[in-house]
Amino acid sequence: MSLPASSVILSASMAVAAGLVGSFGLMRRMTLAADAFSHVALPGIGVAILFRVNPLAGALVALLLGAVLTWTLESRTRLATETIIGVVFSAALAIGALLTTGEELMDALFGAPGALSNLELIAGLAGAGAVIAFVLLARDRLIVTFLSSDIARTAGIDVRRLSLLYLLAFAVTVALGLRYLGALLMGSLMIIPAATARRLASNLTSMLTISVAVALFATLFGSILAAGTGRETGPVIVSVAAVCFFLSLASRRAGVR
Amino acid sequence: MTANPNVLEVEHLSVRLGDVEILRDLSFAVPAGSSLAVIGPNGSGKTVLFRALIGALPHSGSVRWAPGARIGYVPQKLDLERDLPVTGSDLLFARARLAGRPPSEIESALARVGLVPDVLKKLVGTLSGGQFQRLLMAFALLTSPTVLLLDEPTAGVDEPGQERMNDTVRRLQAEGVTVLLISHDLSVVFRFATNVLCLTRDHTCFGIPRQVLTPDILTQVYGEPVGLFVHDEPAR
Repeated sequence: MSLPASSVILSASMAVAAGLVGSFGLMRRMTLAADAFSHVALPGIGVAILFRVNPLAGALVALLLGAVLTWTLESRTRLATETIIGVVFSAALAIGALLTTGEELMDALFGAPGALSNLELIAGLAGAGAVIAFVLLARDRLIVTFLSSDIARTAGIDVRRLSLLYLLAFAVTVALGLRYLGALLMGSLMIIPAATARRLASNLTSMLTISVAVALFATLFGSILAAGTGRETGPVIVSVAAVCFFLSLASRRAGVR
Repeated sequence: MTANPNVLEVEHLSVRLGDVEILRDLSFAVPAGSSLAVIGPNGSGKTVLFRALIGALPHSGSVRWAPGARIGYVPQKLDLERDLPVTGSDLLFARARLAGRPPSEIESALARVGLVPDVLKKLVGTLSGGQFQRLLMAFALLTSPTVLLLDEPTAGVDEPGQERMNDTVRRLQAEGVTVLLISHDLSVVFRFATNVLCLTRDHTCFGIPRQVLTPDILTQVYGEPVGLFVHDEPAR
């Protein structure tokens, strides 16, 4: 049960970011896309290992490029985001798996908390802080834009810029979670808590709150459980989140029959 | 300053979606305080026109809004997931904060569209078609628009709901708001519109409803002869 404090702080801030970004991802209909999107980290990790750079830095670059690619394709073509992400990023998973092998591949896919350098801690906290601040500050603009981008335009919102910023925040959040959940499972931590919150919440604020709470609980309790039982962290965290979701299915939201 | 400056001037507007030219070489002007009805068969590009006017679609030609025009847009329907935990309150407060308006204005916007504040607590996915339309209207009114774009505001709304919506539009017109309205209902066009713009596959017409909407044009707009021009006016 002895998790280093720095790791607990970083994983907690990652969970808060995931809960917030995931809630808006659900509104943006990125449920499946979120999962595939996290796969784009893998080729980044593969290339970084090849060039002996920090794998997470490689992953971050790949994810940010993935965000820009999604944004460009979304505005240029009339394909749904889901289709774009489904095709492009599943291909990224295949390419990434070819670039990475053995033990490293497993770590990249499922996460490996390991020892945390000071630089990683500071960069991680800064990234999480930026994402959390963005979502909270842009909350009103995000909700109006995801309600209707046409209405948002008449409200003077720069829809394209906001969309890019959101996708970048999404990419940073996935990068933050790679250490704990890996490229294969990080998307789940962004979607399952938000999906749980959608079942339970009665307004936007409670949705964000519940989503963050579930993400935090799954991450912290999952990490402790994984350390105690000697299992991989990522699968345990996602399993805990999934249990929360299935429990939420049993409950009924007030006011909705 | 002239008496009725144009709030919107459209010249040679064309919109292509993929390989299909939806609107071709459209020119018209909307004087401030007037009302323009847009009619046309399904697929003639009425909604596309509105989306081009608000800058949501790439187009050729020019769309010029008068400086200082504040546009409120009420789309026909939104592609919303029903079980999303977003309430009327979430939407209206977000809009009020963005526009820097005090929360007290939310209640007056609701009153103007005839909604009770109770609606604020409900999830938007559980509102009826009419309630949701009026919520969107209140959303648009929050910023005191000088121009309102209404895309079939009474489609799928029951009779009392339609009348309430029509009353709201009439009151806004009386307050000097310029109204652009897409409608299938000819009685609405004759009652509300200063000018009518009809979009058909072959050509367009623009002018005063009683002059422009000849039986010939209406046959083109609706695809079949339309016998009754003006529907029965509801008793008021």
